[in-house]
Amino acid sequence: MEKTKINITDEVAIHISNMNKWYGNFHVLRDINLEVMRGERIVVCGPSGSGKSTLIRCINRLEEHQKGRIIVDGTELTTDLKNIDKIRSEVGMVFQHFNLFPHLTTLENCTLAPIWVRETPEKDAQDIAMEMLEKVKIPEQAHKYPGQLSGGQQQRVAIARSLCMKPRIMLFDEVTSALDPEMIKEVLDTMIQLAEDGMTMICVTHEMGFARQVADRVIFMDDGQIVEQNEPESFFNKPQSDRTKLFLSQILGH
Amino acid sequence: MSKIAFVQKNKIPPSPAPISEVGFIGWLKQNLFSSWFNTLLTLISIYFIFIILRDFIPWAWGGHWNTKSLRECLDLNPDVACFSVLTARWKQLLFGLYPAEEYWRPTVTFIFLILSMIPILFPKYFKFFWFSVIYPGLAIWLLWGGSIWGVGIVYIGLSLGIFTFILLLKLVSKNTVLAGIGALIFLIVFFMFFSNYLVNFLNIILPIALPPVESLKMGGFTLSLIVGITGIVASFPIGILLALGRQSNLPIIKMICVGFIEFIRGVPLITLLFVASVLLNYFLPPGTNFDIVLRVIIMVTFFSAAYMAEVIRGGLAGLPLGQHEASASLGLTYWQSQRLVIMPQALKISIPGIVNTFIGLFKDTTLVSIISLRDPVGLASTIRADQTWNGIYWELYVAIGLMFFIFCFGMSQYSQYLERKLKTDK
Repeated sequence: MEKTKINITDEVAIHISNMNKWYGNFHVLRDINLEVMRGERIVVCGPSGSGKSTLIRCINRLEEHQKGRIIVDGTELTTDLKNIDKIRSEVGMVFQHFNLFPHLTTLENCTLAPIWVRETPEKDAQDIAMEMLEKVKIPEQAHKYPGQLSGGQQQRVAIARSLCMKPRIMLFDEVTSALDPEMIKEVLDTMIQLAEDGMTMICVTHEMGFARQVADRVIFMDDGQIVEQNEPESFFNKPQSDRTKLFLSQILGH
Repeated sequence: MSKIAFVQKNKIPPSPAPISEVGFIGWLKQNLFSSWFNTLLTLISIYFIFIILRDFIPWAWGGHWNTKSLRECLDLNPDVACFSVLTARWKQLLFGLYPAEEYWRPTVTFIFLILSMIPILFPKYFKFFWFSVIYPGLAIWLLWGGSIWGVGIVYIGLSLGIFTFILLLKLVSKNTVLAGIGALIFLIVFFMFFSNYLVNFLNIILPIALPPVESLKMGGFTLSLIVGITGIVASFPIGILLALGRQSNLPIIKMICVGFIEFIRGVPLITLLFVASVLLNYFLPPGTNFDIVLRVIIMVTFFSAAYMAEVIRGGLAGLPLGQHEASASLGLTYWQSQRLVIMPQALKISIPGIVNTFIGLFKDTTLVSIISLRDPVGLASTIRADQTWNGIYWELYVAIGLMFFIFCFGMSQYSQYLERKLKTDK
């Protein structure tokens, strides 16, 4: 399938400069510099513990950075709670373990934030939710509880839940890692569709096929640093750094 | 063809399970007679149940209900129960020293209590929630009497306070904290300077009043219910706040909550009740008349709030961190995510523990007899001190126990109903 590249604009969506983060004394993220354009689709990969999840969790302030700047959609992340809530409502996030609200139905999961954060009238929120559930191809599950759905379905609901906030940026944190193999495809298909619609996306993933097919840029992280980044074609075929070569040989080798 | 290769060619249709494994026989076999040891235990249990019932049923069934004293009972037949004490004193057990001509007041209060609980316990009737809001004031007025405007003014004041809050929010500032402070100032000014005049005025134009009944007259099961229900209703929100406070990132709030919980939990309830009845007067300015029942309610509430906080903290700990992260990532504020995502789940997990605390609190109300309030257990001693009934034990305590059992069993049943209703994983 030919990749659509027309989406990337000149507008900066996320600007990260000299960002550092420590857990206690442990230096997790070291001098991260990253500029993400609107419409760009980025895949972040790297060995476990390399800080890739922490990086994207810093973008919506689930983790706090200690040094450097993060500017999302023109708003800088500071301790100001107003800014944080604003950014969080503009940036959608999907998690490895879905984190659906088990006490609410699929539909209620999707309407909760629009109703309370955006103050959308309930009826409109439900319409949006149904539209998004159709987009992820499970409108028929709207009145079931998350516990009654399969893993793949739950993850698609989680994507729909984020989309209901009409986010300008989506973050995906290893969204297929907890799924059974036969369910990975349905989730990836949803993400590919989203990418084709021009969503700005940052995906932490080990799905290299997905990266080749969808990403405009692949970022490789190790030991809290961005080691290498490139277009997928060059990244997979002509990796420059030894660490990248080693990592690629380990995950593609078998 | 190799030895390990195998292909199933025909599909096996499902067939019914053997008759001995399903239905009543299956149940018996699985639950009572699954092994020789289990069978032995079953037989021994049946024997014990049999001898208890063999002695209890004739004793209770043949009991006397209409004798004048215990003596008379013993003369008739010493081997059966003497329930006449209940016939003679049931009003006292229910109402304590409440004036007999006013018995209708606690009775009506009790009926209203049941009505006011329906909207809270069954969401179907939530449209009647206004009655549950009015009920506390109504109950206080009915039980203690006096002018209706004594409690009425509180409702008027609070309504005006909420009105001020909304008005400020609409007209002056969108900030809820500022509007809250504004409304609070209004309430303080209202209750300090205006409420007295308003009460006097209302008393003149609309004098509705009941004969006052003082707290020391409250007693019997009425007292247990007053202390128990108020304690339950008040300790629940306090417990939630304490549990949240204990989890808070703000060190001072956390310290206060931990200190409160550990102190209250570390002290026996009886000690707290003694503090309420005796010591508190030393700390209050002389001449303050701080109602004894209110003092007891406060202590019981604190006591069970501390336990409640720990039960709810267990529920909070049982939630995966992902729930907090998911609600935060959607842009919900701290209080929104607590109210809409975290608490509904944490409370659901904690239902058995919460109800356990409620039941414990309700039964602990009998401890007030130690500080000479006349709850049913205290009254039992009073009744036995009477010449006519001196020496009676079983009948009184069985009856008191049964009354408590009905309420506690009711709570337990409701909690099981709630757990079934809130089950969303199947």
